[in-house]
Amino acid sequence: MKSFKFMALTAMMSGVMAFTAACGSDGSSEKNGGAADSGKQLSGNVAVDGSSTVFPIMEAISEEYMAEQPEVKVSVGVKGTGGGFEKFIAGETDMSNASRPIKDEEKAGLEKAGIEYTELKLAFDGLSVVVNKENDFIDHLTVDELKKLWVDTGKPKKWSDIRPEWPKEEIKFYSPGTDSGTYDYFNEVILEEQPIVSNATLSEDDNQLVKGISGDKNAIGFFGFAYYDANKENLKIVKIDNGKGPVEPTHETIKSGEYEPLSRPLFTYVANKSISDKEQVSDFAEFAIENAGELAEEVGYVKLPEEEYKKDLEKLKELQK
Amino acid sequence: MKLINEEIVAKRMPTRLAINSILKGVFFLATIFGLLVLGVLLYRIFTQGFGNLDLSFFQNFASRKPEEAGVKAAFIGTIWLMATVAPISLFLGVGTAIYLEEYARKNRFTIFIQVNISNLAGVPSIVFGLLGLTIFVRALALDRSVLAAALTMSLLILPVIIVASQEAIRSVPKEMREASYGLGATKWQTIIKVVLPAAIPGILTGGILALSRAIGETAPLVVLGIPMFIAFLPRTVFDTFTVLPMQIYNWTSRPQEEFQHVAAAGIIVLLVLLIIMNSIAVFIRNKFQKRY
Repeated sequence: MKSFKFMALTAMMSGVMAFTAACGSDGSSEKNGGAADSGKQLSGNVAVDGSSTVFPIMEAISEEYMAEQPEVKVSVGVKGTGGGFEKFIAGETDMSNASRPIKDEEKAGLEKAGIEYTELKLAFDGLSVVVNKENDFIDHLTVDELKKLWVDTGKPKKWSDIRPEWPKEEIKFYSPGTDSGTYDYFNEVILEEQPIVSNATLSEDDNQLVKGISGDKNAIGFFGFAYYDANKENLKIVKIDNGKGPVEPTHETIKSGEYEPLSRPLFTYVANKSISDKEQVSDFAEFAIENAGELAEEVGYVKLPEEEYKKDLEKLKELQK
Repeated sequence: MKLINEEIVAKRMPTRLAINSILKGVFFLATIFGLLVLGVLLYRIFTQGFGNLDLSFFQNFASRKPEEAGVKAAFIGTIWLMATVAPISLFLGVGTAIYLEEYARKNRFTIFIQVNISNLAGVPSIVFGLLGLTIFVRALALDRSVLAAALTMSLLILPVIIVASQEAIRSVPKEMREASYGLGATKWQTIIKVVLPAAIPGILTGGILALSRAIGETAPLVVLGIPMFIAFLPRTVFDTFTVLPMQIYNWTSRPQEEFQHVAAAGIIVLLVLLIIMNSIAVFIRNKFQKRY
């Protein structure tokens, strides 16, 4: 018995050592990078933090960038839009990702800290309103109806409260947590600072929302387009009517701006000083703008029109001088 | 006169036996319940994640493509964290325990310290994260380095190590200390040559179990701002890094289902690492504890 234990242990330990050894040898399977070959090898750190919504895009960009500049150490965190700005104000990061525009108090904080910044747009996201697959009565909602649904009235709501021909069954609400930029954005365009329905299930994990809505016949919820896109077969999308007829969120309608008011740009904010003082940050930011569109599409977001990226690049060029 | 009324005993016997066997069943179910849930969890994780487990999973950094995503940075980062936390927390923890057990007088002050150590063991880990952010990351300007995280994690597990070491030191028989003094040894000689060798199995068992808690924690690291994505390995303790639980957390929150499977593979790696550490703890206990 004893010797068996010992053998098992030795086997496991040598297994770990084999793993470690395998990892130690640098897997030099670098992919050949895309555009922007400055031909010069840079080094140093690039610290990025902020929104978890923007994270997949930034991760993809860093991944590609590392293939091109292996000596530059890019780190991307997910403290959330607000938490990211907090670190940006403390001067701890070079870039801060945000799924909403910067707030006035954050601007004030940056000003106080003497940090000048530039806003760059990376991609579009379309907040998608979804219901359960079995829900056969909803096809589209107007913005007013959305408001009526989500603003708290102090009592439980039934579908028939929204349109009389709909069933008299209680609605279950699912929403991203109040810390997320997604909630902030919904709050701004739909709730307009009024409280959200008190019996809504709030979760920071969007997959939890997907599960909740796909398992509950009377559920309604909203989240980023990528989560709808990946779970299409389990959810039913609701078209949104902002006075110009119902529009379904798709890559095309989000990009063209037809899908309103729920499509939102995703940002990254760069510190001007980092661009002018640190060559690697400047190069990384340039690479980010040049590749953001394509990589954003790959991870489930929507490309901006080309002119937007051109504008951003010009802004950067201005700072690099 | 008979002391036992056999008739009544015989009448009550079936009920007693029934109660006995019912309770036996209930307790058996209670034992099985935890195991069953663990079994379901393991089954799900292994069926989902096993396909992703291969050598390249350890050689690749995180990626936007699920099939290319790997745990290289997180796995090596976890090892770095462990290798830094272990000496710091063991030195501080065992040092405190020796002081409290061998040197300190039993007065109000030591009781006060004792009570606070026990209290610290119950503080939520996120609070240690906030403490680490203010002291190590900002005030000491260690930034998001291995060292800053290791110091924070050491604080988190210190109470457990201190309490375990105290128990171990206390359980060394008084006679052994007295024999040592009787032979003319000083206090320090007694501690280093007699008490510590006898206490080491208990100390190490507690220490390793505490360490495995440290490598499974996410919350304090998120508060410290340890990045989720990096594609390089730390070279010194002042470099930034990431760890397995953070990487797993990131993958589970992705919309694409393939990432859930990659996350499951990551969980397997973490589980295996934890099982190895816990087995080492068990091994040390069984191997060395019989010496005295």
